[in-house]
Amino acid sequence: MNDIFAVFGVSLLWATVRKSVPLIFASTGGFFSERAGVINIGLEGMMLFGAFSGAIISVTTHNPWLGIAGAAVVGGMIGYLHAIATITLRANQIISGVAINMLGVGATIFLCQVCMGGERSFSLGPVDRLPLWGPFIPLVYLALLVVGGAFVFCYFTIPGLRLRAVGEHPRAADTQGVNVNRTRFLAVITSGVCAGLGGAYLPFFSGSFTKNMTSGQGFIALAALIFGKWNPLGALAACLLFGFADAFQESLQGRGGLPSQIFQVIPYILTIVALTGIIGRSTPPSALGKHYERETSK
Amino acid sequence: MKPRVPMKTGVESKLSGLLPPLVSLLLAAAVSAVILLLVGENPFHIGSVMLSGSLGSLRSIANTLEEATPLIFTGLCVAVALKCGLFNIGGEGQLVIGAFAAAWVGVKLTGLDPVTHVTVCILIAGLAGALWALIAGVLKARFGAHEVINTIMLNYIAFILTNYLVTLPYFKKPGQIPQTFDIAPSAALPRLSFLYQYTRLNIGFVLAIVAVILVYVILEKTRLGFELKSVGFNPTASRASGISVVRNMVIAMAIGGFLAGMAGSERVLGVHRYFISPFPFGYGFAGIAVALLGRNNPFGVLLAAIFFGALASGGAQVDIETHVPRELVTVIQAIVILFVACEYLVRRMGLMQLVDLMRRMGLRRRGAGAHE
Repeated sequence: MNDIFAVFGVSLLWATVRKSVPLIFASTGGFFSERAGVINIGLEGMMLFGAFSGAIISVTTHNPWLGIAGAAVVGGMIGYLHAIATITLRANQIISGVAINMLGVGATIFLCQVCMGGERSFSLGPVDRLPLWGPFIPLVYLALLVVGGAFVFCYFTIPGLRLRAVGEHPRAADTQGVNVNRTRFLAVITSGVCAGLGGAYLPFFSGSFTKNMTSGQGFIALAALIFGKWNPLGALAACLLFGFADAFQESLQGRGGLPSQIFQVIPYILTIVALTGIIGRSTPPSALGKHYERETSK
Repeated sequence: MKPRVPMKTGVESKLSGLLPPLVSLLLAAAVSAVILLLVGENPFHIGSVMLSGSLGSLRSIANTLEEATPLIFTGLCVAVALKCGLFNIGGEGQLVIGAFAAAWVGVKLTGLDPVTHVTVCILIAGLAGALWALIAGVLKARFGAHEVINTIMLNYIAFILTNYLVTLPYFKKPGQIPQTFDIAPSAALPRLSFLYQYTRLNIGFVLAIVAVILVYVILEKTRLGFELKSVGFNPTASRASGISVVRNMVIAMAIGGFLAGMAGSERVLGVHRYFISPFPFGYGFAGIAVALLGRNNPFGVLLAAIFFGALASGGAQVDIETHVPRELVTVIQAIVILFVACEYLVRRMGLMQLVDLMRRMGLRRRGAGAHE
């Protein structure tokens, strides 16, 4: 038991933050999209695109800031793709998300091999990496800004109120003069930008891009969003909890005792429990997953 | 989310129902060709390598069918749930649980004759997959918990659970690799080596075809199938007419889980002959593409699975012969899904109008004939 307590300490706290940051970005991204009524299970794919484009741009330009900007732009473009498919072309939101995840896996490995002459991973040189600000790279602070911003935007501003209205009752919002589909478009693009940034954190933190490096974190972010009851602060808390479980499991490794799988499985089980409503039910926005068409007077 | 169930009237609309998938395939091929051009490859060359790698020889054909086998099962898994209005994207997890169960029974149960042993393994694998799917089915039916989220979570739980189980000394073959002991020879699904000596194509393919026919019969010729589809089409009306929505949702998930579990057993008993963690990933998600392209029709699923099987085996050949990585296939799959999902686009492109026009011309000619 002493071993288990020995891992607690400042380093575990820092590790928790580091593990949580990509989840925080992505779940905030999911928040924007889902509160506007568009299911986004493509977060995983958007993160992968962000990870790859951030890394490749940084390696080619030797400017990590450009890499970050590029990841945000590419993430936004994938969000735009999801928006066109689901809003303009009325595709099923889940199917589009599945396709984006597949595209993320396939396209990033494909492009990586094409750009890197057959390699499926590459490292960032010292000049390609972000500086440390205190104990963390700057993206960590940006993540907190993004969550705070999302919270203030959605609950204290008029456009934020409109965004939530579009996700709860699009017809009522439309009657009030809100452009439902445009609001959803912007929300889904923002979602992609956030997920892209979350993905970009991974290579800048680890110093290399490897195939499939998100390894399901997009889904954990989705889980955090649900566990946090579709609220950015709730999702933030859930991300920190899941990040802690992950950091704890890693620091226990090689010390014997509990199998690490117990900690890996925590986010998924908690999410299922949250959805059943045994401990405080998690209810999605009412118009989530529904297409909106204006009534036309024909 | 309710899937859109097209109203079908007669043969004509059945034929025009084939058009959106075909147009989607053409569009996907065009986009893939553009991608290849952008990275400086000759799409025709890649296409011909792909063709020869998927259909060019008995060996390629065997590879194609081998890749198609699990996709037939997982495609049916998604299709059955969709018929009932449910999105089962947990095929991945159900498959992995089935695969582990098949390996467990295949390794530990000995002294049976081959037919019994294989049958027991497949049934246990199917039941394990069905139980895994039932978790999501029951949560949906009892608590209204969204099956999409729950099946995603269950996929990861299945991977982590089997990843743990496989390290236990009871299962693990000594060594560095986390894999189980080899299954007993009596549990192995015989390979169809008369096609090609080294093929891994096995009797599982025949079982998959049987599954296609069975699912067709269940859906189209039985009361259960009628009720499943009725719930998928309109749960409220079904409930009003005395059909149990809860019961049918649970059954649809269980059938899907059984099929995915069978896919897992086919991989273990016929192809790998042991369970390894992480288990090859992607058949469950590809099953979604298969079901969509096959329009949830069992025979459509069979065709779509063979198509994606051909893509996979052709992609492997491309990987070997050219500089283009096999992930091109994943990209093509994703693009196909996107286009199939955007049926509205296909309709808007004027192709449907073209079909309408042709049909109207046909009708007019018939009408003119009647006048004379």
